[in-house]
Amino acid sequence: MASYSTNEFKSGLKIMLDGDPYTVVENEFVKPGKGQAFNRVKVRNLKTGRVIERTFKSGDTVEGADVTDVELQYLYNDGEYWHFMDQQSFEQLTADAAAVGDAAKWLKEEAICQVTLWNGVPLSVAAPNFVIMTIVETDPGLRGDTSGGGGKPATLETGAVVRVPLFVQSGEVIKVDTRTGEYVSRVKE
Amino acid sequence: MEWAAWRPGADLATLRLRAELLARIRTFFAARKVLEVETPILSAAAITDPHLASFSTVYSGPGGCRDRPLYLQTSPEFPMKRLLAAGSGCIYQIARVFRDGEAGRRHNPEFTLLEWYRVGFDHHRLMDEVAALVTELLAGRLALAEPERLSYRELFQRHCDLDPHRAGVVELMRCAEARNLPIPPGMPIDETDPWLDLLLTHWIEPRLAQGRLVFVYDYPASQAALARLRPGDPPVGERFEAYLNGVELANGFHELGDAEEQRHRFEAENAARQALGLPVMPLDERLLAALAAGLPDCAGVALGFDRLAMLAAGCSSLAEVLAFPLDYA
Repeated sequence: MASYSTNEFKSGLKIMLDGDPYTVVENEFVKPGKGQAFNRVKVRNLKTGRVIERTFKSGDTVEGADVTDVELQYLYNDGEYWHFMDQQSFEQLTADAAAVGDAAKWLKEEAICQVTLWNGVPLSVAAPNFVIMTIVETDPGLRGDTSGGGGKPATLETGAVVRVPLFVQSGEVIKVDTRTGEYVSRVKE
Repeated sequence: MEWAAWRPGADLATLRLRAELLARIRTFFAARKVLEVETPILSAAAITDPHLASFSTVYSGPGGCRDRPLYLQTSPEFPMKRLLAAGSGCIYQIARVFRDGEAGRRHNPEFTLLEWYRVGFDHHRLMDEVAALVTELLAGRLALAEPERLSYRELFQRHCDLDPHRAGVVELMRCAEARNLPIPPGMPIDETDPWLDLLLTHWIEPRLAQGRLVFVYDYPASQAALARLRPGDPPVGERFEAYLNGVELANGFHELGDAEEQRHRFEAENAARQALGLPVMPLDERLLAALAAGLPDCAGVALGFDRLAMLAAGCSSLAEVLAFPLDYA
């Protein structure tokens, strides 16, 4: 993997620090009137999501991280691993629970997900921004209530629970924003 | 290319402010009988400071020498000192200068320096004049309280509780750790200056007084740059820095006039460059000859004009006060 000088640091650059892959969030060049210049950077650990601060002497180099984002199709979960497929090469990749994280509850078979690979292995999985799912269980709402105010919990086919308006019933199909976990609308099949 | 890529970074009001500040600088120095001069941007010699990187180019016309690069000045200091040695008296220059590798919120690889020299002044008297100029230029925009003046030693005693002239690497490292500063990899174990620079940039500068000029003076001998040394225990470089609202605005010296001492410092810096794997720069023999002929006792200072314009405009980045910052150039 290539090395990067601090002069090449910019937001989004993937680098290795202490054996973990990080992405550069912010880079500030600081220099006293005369003397040593530094780069103060904020970096996000791509495994844990934690943001930390680091400082480098300007001009020093850091090893790059082999991190790429690819679109993969989710196939199935075997109880331990989540299986994905590259739709061009038909290559199959497996992701563990740490990589899938919170995305797990939004993964429906055949969904296209953005998967971040580190050295070719899934590091994190982002669910599609919007998913269409069937409600498997929710309390019957009050007849005639169309206001949507208040709402009630509804369990979806993947086990995710979202708040839906009272008029939405079991067996209906809804659209959910996975970034906020909020109900968007009903979907006619 | 984006459709708007030809447009300026700074707005028109800011460009008018720059023009007004330049005019007021010229009025200030005219009233004080300081002569405006212009010196070449291109030079056969270059600065040896390992922390400054010069751009270079080649002149290929008649009388040129393709084998020998010309360097773009990082400051107009050397030719201005030659004018002083030639009897110019007090001089100033509004110069475009170039520094490779410097870009950020408060850096652009080319920028405008206001540099001036006062014959018969020491660094303290020049600090008075910097305060007078900056106060006058910012009048009506930024009301400044009385300037604060403290030595490099007092600065570190106040903010870091240590004596920068005596502290070793271990003490400086502990100080940085105790303040939870991120320690850069590869910091030297046998040299204190980078550690002092780390504490200064990461801890002290953000804590300097706001709303007034802060002058720091009498630097460690190892950071004297082109300032004369004042013997003592320890000897100190008669250098100063001016800060305003945490922004480093100006660097000045009670100028070193000793040609032999100057040559020794250039050679030591070139040796440091070699050790760091940086190119060794050609010494400015014409400057050294001028010093040998006799530089009048003087103090000089370089003030970052764009940073001053940034503070006057109430902006927080240089890009907002440059017509075309690096990304637009």
